[in-house]
Amino acid sequence: MQPFHKIKSIATPLDKVNVDTDQIVPKQFLKLIQRTGFGQYLFYDWRFEKGTPRKDFVLNDPAYKNSKILLARDNFGCGSSREHAVWALDDYGFKVIISTSFADIFYNNCFKNGILPIQVSDETLQKLFSTKSEIEVDLEGQSIIVDNVPILFHIEPYRKKILLEGLDDIAVTLLHEDKIVIYERSHKI
Amino acid sequence: MSKTLFEKIWDSHIVVEENGRSLLYVDRHLVHEVTSPQAFDGLRLNGRTVRRTDLTFATMDHNVPTSDRSLPIIDQTSSTQIKALERNCKEFGITLFDIHSPNQGIVHVIGPELGITLPGTTIVCGDSHTSTHGAFGALAFGIGTSDVEHVLATQCIMMEKPKTFEININGKRKNPHAVTAKDIILSIIRKIGTSGGTGTVIEYRGETISELTMEQRMTICNMSIEAGARAGLIAPDEKTYQYLQGRKYAPKNYDEYVSLWRETLKTDSGARFDKSFTLSAENIAPQVSWGTNPAMTTDVTGVVPFPDEYGKGNSEEEKGAEKALQYMNLKAGMAITDITIDRVFIGSCTNSRLEDLMEAAKVVKGKKVSSRVRAMVVPGSQLVKKNAEEIGLDKIFKDAGFEWRESGCSMCLGMNPDILASGERCASTSNRNFEGRQGTGGRTHLVSPVMAAAAAIHGHFVDVRELDLN
Repeated sequence: MQPFHKIKSIATPLDKVNVDTDQIVPKQFLKLIQRTGFGQYLFYDWRFEKGTPRKDFVLNDPAYKNSKILLARDNFGCGSSREHAVWALDDYGFKVIISTSFADIFYNNCFKNGILPIQVSDETLQKLFSTKSEIEVDLEGQSIIVDNVPILFHIEPYRKKILLEGLDDIAVTLLHEDKIVIYERSHKI
Repeated sequence: MSKTLFEKIWDSHIVVEENGRSLLYVDRHLVHEVTSPQAFDGLRLNGRTVRRTDLTFATMDHNVPTSDRSLPIIDQTSSTQIKALERNCKEFGITLFDIHSPNQGIVHVIGPELGITLPGTTIVCGDSHTSTHGAFGALAFGIGTSDVEHVLATQCIMMEKPKTFEININGKRKNPHAVTAKDIILSIIRKIGTSGGTGTVIEYRGETISELTMEQRMTICNMSIEAGARAGLIAPDEKTYQYLQGRKYAPKNYDEYVSLWRETLKTDSGARFDKSFTLSAENIAPQVSWGTNPAMTTDVTGVVPFPDEYGKGNSEEEKGAEKALQYMNLKAGMAITDITIDRVFIGSCTNSRLEDLMEAAKVVKGKKVSSRVRAMVVPGSQLVKKNAEEIGLDKIFKDAGFEWRESGCSMCLGMNPDILASGERCASTSNRNFEGRQGTGGRTHLVSPVMAAAAAIHGHFVDVRELDLN
């Protein structure tokens, strides 16, 4: 996994609550057997109508072209565990997602793919939704800088480390091989 | 110290604790075709193997056709994914219940059916409805593909400890055939919301839960994820032990295990939960969802709500309800029983077991499906199908005009050819009414098998308490 660096970009405001992973990547695109190439299907049914971009959907607004930060509303990523949703966001170019809350499986999947989900207060999210300027996200310093004002955010220290160092968590777990073996010896079911 | 059932299972599976997280041992790993190919590729890429092939079981369910299994699969991408699972299971030495196996079925139906699901175990699967297995007192988590790879390679999962949430359901339902487990869980989600359980493991408790059969308990636990929970749990009891006895993969020294389970697998009196919610079952009515998430649900005797009334002052929820009504093409204030439907789907990991089909068949027997409706029954597994056919359920459904299909996830998520056309409205026994879930532009109403069957006959929703279901 690639280490996470500072991100500076305009933020795309997706003004909907309870966005489920079926919307992030609809089921008809889950049949690919690789991890790449899902960006073109991101928010497909909201983004396209009969293959043509819908003018009323925010991702089709040229102002947000090349945006790396997605602003979302409460309970983002609920529903299916499909990691394809994260692969699609990543492949499209989003590296940071900011919301007031995330669904658990989705949140976990983000860290496995080098994407930083940031949980903020209602007030902060409102501020971010209303700014037109670029936002800077500094994971090392745990801050979102908007209009030169830093807003601090919380992240669990180990998750921060995984992103900053781009760790392979299977390799990390395998460092405990001896303990897994001991556990297996005494645990039978 | 007093512990909850969740804490007991969690604590007994910790291999290592570090950085505020626990490395948990996984007792059973269930694998299916959609969320696994990239995980197997990852293993190959890094020269890793599957650590415990004896604890890993695979089947194909999400995109298998439910039509004649002797015919080739027409959809090339589905076929590719199914072949990839066959190839991966062969290469890594994993037991696979393939499309022609008498044990094939929806992964959450076959786990319990084969005795792979056991009380007190940890179970994971690359599918959010893994919470189903909690009905047996197993701690069961849905995981993403990266974690599937992690479990294949290490037989462990790294997690932060979830919070505990007790949901007490007490009281007797007035008409348990009409007010089903599905209505109970939809009532709960309607009240606590789709993120009400986020970050928690729910334990369902109370006399109403004790009285439910194992299949009904599975329906309850199955939809824990629709409230955002990491898992759902029900303490095992004699019904649980009886259900699993003699199943193919249940342990040979079964009685010894049962003695141990009886002793340990319950929440101690005095144990504390982080969160609590209580519901009386007495006044629950049959439920019908009207919107685009499972919390957007109301009584069959109710009306489609006005967005401001639904939002209760939360402008985002209000906007969400407005969009939902637009998508669902429904008018606020309209009676639920006036909603006419085009399709009926009885199936999915929520409601496709023998008992679900038996209850639905009671409504259907001797009647005809409305001329405006296309209705299908998709049994959850080949074994459910076989058992249903042995007692003549297939004939009851077919005589009424239902399609009787082969087992799989089918129209719950429409990855196979069973999909809604844009604008079609479906009474569905599945678990998600998200936009486009059953087909782009399709409209889903979540209901119980009995309600779905009644909607098929009448062409619209009816108060199933008025039907003779005994």
